[in-house]
Amino acid sequence: MKKIYLDYAASTPIDSRVLQIMEKHLKNNFANSMSLHFFGQKAALAVEESRQKIAKIINAKSEEIIFTSSATESNNLALKGLAFAAKNRGKSHLIVSLIEHDCVLESAKWLKSQGFKVSFLSVNKDGFINLEELKKLIGKNTFLVSVMHANNEIGTIQDISLIGKICRKKGVYFHTDAAQTFGREKIDVEKMDIDLLTASSHKIYGPKGVAFLYVRKEVVIEPILHGGGHEGGLRSSTLNVPAIVGFAKASEIMQKEAQKENERLKNLRDYMIEQILTQIPRTHLNGHPKMRLANNINISFHGVEGESLVMELSFAGIAVSTGSACSSKNLMPSHVLQALGLPPQEAHGSLRISLGRYTTKEEIDKTIFALKKNIEKLRKISPF
Amino acid sequence: MKSIYSKQTLKHFRSPHNFGEIKDADAVGEAGNIVCGDVMNLYLKIGKNKKGEEVIKEAKFKTYGCVAAIATSSVITDLVRGKTIDEALKISKDQIVETLQGLPPIKIHCSVLATEALAEALYQYFLKNKKKIPLELLKRHEIIEKSKKIIEERYQGWIKLQKAIKK
Repeated sequence: MKKIYLDYAASTPIDSRVLQIMEKHLKNNFANSMSLHFFGQKAALAVEESRQKIAKIINAKSEEIIFTSSATESNNLALKGLAFAAKNRGKSHLIVSLIEHDCVLESAKWLKSQGFKVSFLSVNKDGFINLEELKKLIGKNTFLVSVMHANNEIGTIQDISLIGKICRKKGVYFHTDAAQTFGREKIDVEKMDIDLLTASSHKIYGPKGVAFLYVRKEVVIEPILHGGGHEGGLRSSTLNVPAIVGFAKASEIMQKEAQKENERLKNLRDYMIEQILTQIPRTHLNGHPKMRLANNINISFHGVEGESLVMELSFAGIAVSTGSACSSKNLMPSHVLQALGLPPQEAHGSLRISLGRYTTKEEIDKTIFALKKNIEKLRKISPF
Repeated sequence: MKSIYSKQTLKHFRSPHNFGEIKDADAVGEAGNIVCGDVMNLYLKIGKNKKGEEVIKEAKFKTYGCVAAIATSSVITDLVRGKTIDEALKISKDQIVETLQGLPPIKIHCSVLATEALAEALYQYFLKNKKKIPLELLKRHEIIEKSKKIIEERYQGWIKLQKAIKK
């Protein structure tokens, strides 16, 4: 049985062109990029070239890019790094949306435990924040607003340039977690008034273990990792040269192919959504029908619990994901679906299907067929 | 397939025994809560054996829930069949977990779903037939009711949030 992978929002397979260049650096470019000798300088050069390539994609300067190990680390550095710097300026209030990734929410909650004040921005039923609410929440004491570019579960893409404009006008820093959009959607940190931005490599067919945080030149942050003073003293750790080179290559490929690929994915996405909603009764789409990631589908199947559905599909050789509670410790469904105001049954019965570079129409049709069959089966067992 | 679940659990999940309703059931028990993502309805037919004791002749279930919830529902319908009421009340969650060859630690609570549905069904049966409810069953019923309340209170927060969003 040919397996069907439809969980590209969780992670992506590495592109063979990326692998090829990484292999070269893994074998031949082993030195510490901080070393002064020619071995070290060769590694340093590879890192700096990668940094330039990545900076160009978001219209940043290369010295504004800090390489990290993951989007989680980047987001931690953004929130905590800014918080500790803000403390020195006597500011202690930050604002994050309710649908941020756990690494932002948990960092914000931790900062709260350390004496900072945190406000949570609510979202409407499609997952958009309310700009008026944002304006009201920003006060004299506020140092940061963090709102993700696109949501990883429901795919909603925020109008971040409007958020950026508000923050810039009020003199507050704006951070956006672009893990789901970097390389896919156009990002211009200058035009969009972005002060800090997170992106990750393994979401765009690059290796795991590498990501970056963009920090606008005039923004002061404190490091979390202290040591040898790498990355301008903001992130000490020997640089993972092959991964960084791979990340840059993956970014370049994505940018070059994004427009065409997004068109293809949008067509597949809209086809699949329409087919599921018309062929399977008692279903509805979560998130906005158009203002969503080209590869994201999130649908609630009433009367069916998400984990059961994921497992049945897995037996059918199809990999998707769910926002159901059953794998979570507190037994509550995903905080994103809760924030949308979904009633429990619809939240527990949600499925996230995320498409990618290797997704075909044939795979989509097979998945629709398997969905129909298994939902019928599970609904027969269900009291709802 | 490699899975966090045992082979036996997956077998019961994929081909559950005795699912469906019993239209003229003598006892129906409901357990779980949609807020937590699992609800089980257990239907029992109760008759008498040769000795004149009340025994469970037939058991069926309908369950909304995860793999563990469906598998434990299936198992309990097997376990109760032919048992006297006293025997059925002695079925423990450990027995269910054992029959399934174990459950992942965070799924152990799912096995309670089945024993609670059984306890509730028998409680309702005693109540309906105006029989004296055994003290232990009465206590279990009270505990189940109490935890239902706690969950409903938690649900209030969610309802409030929904209302705020829809405004």
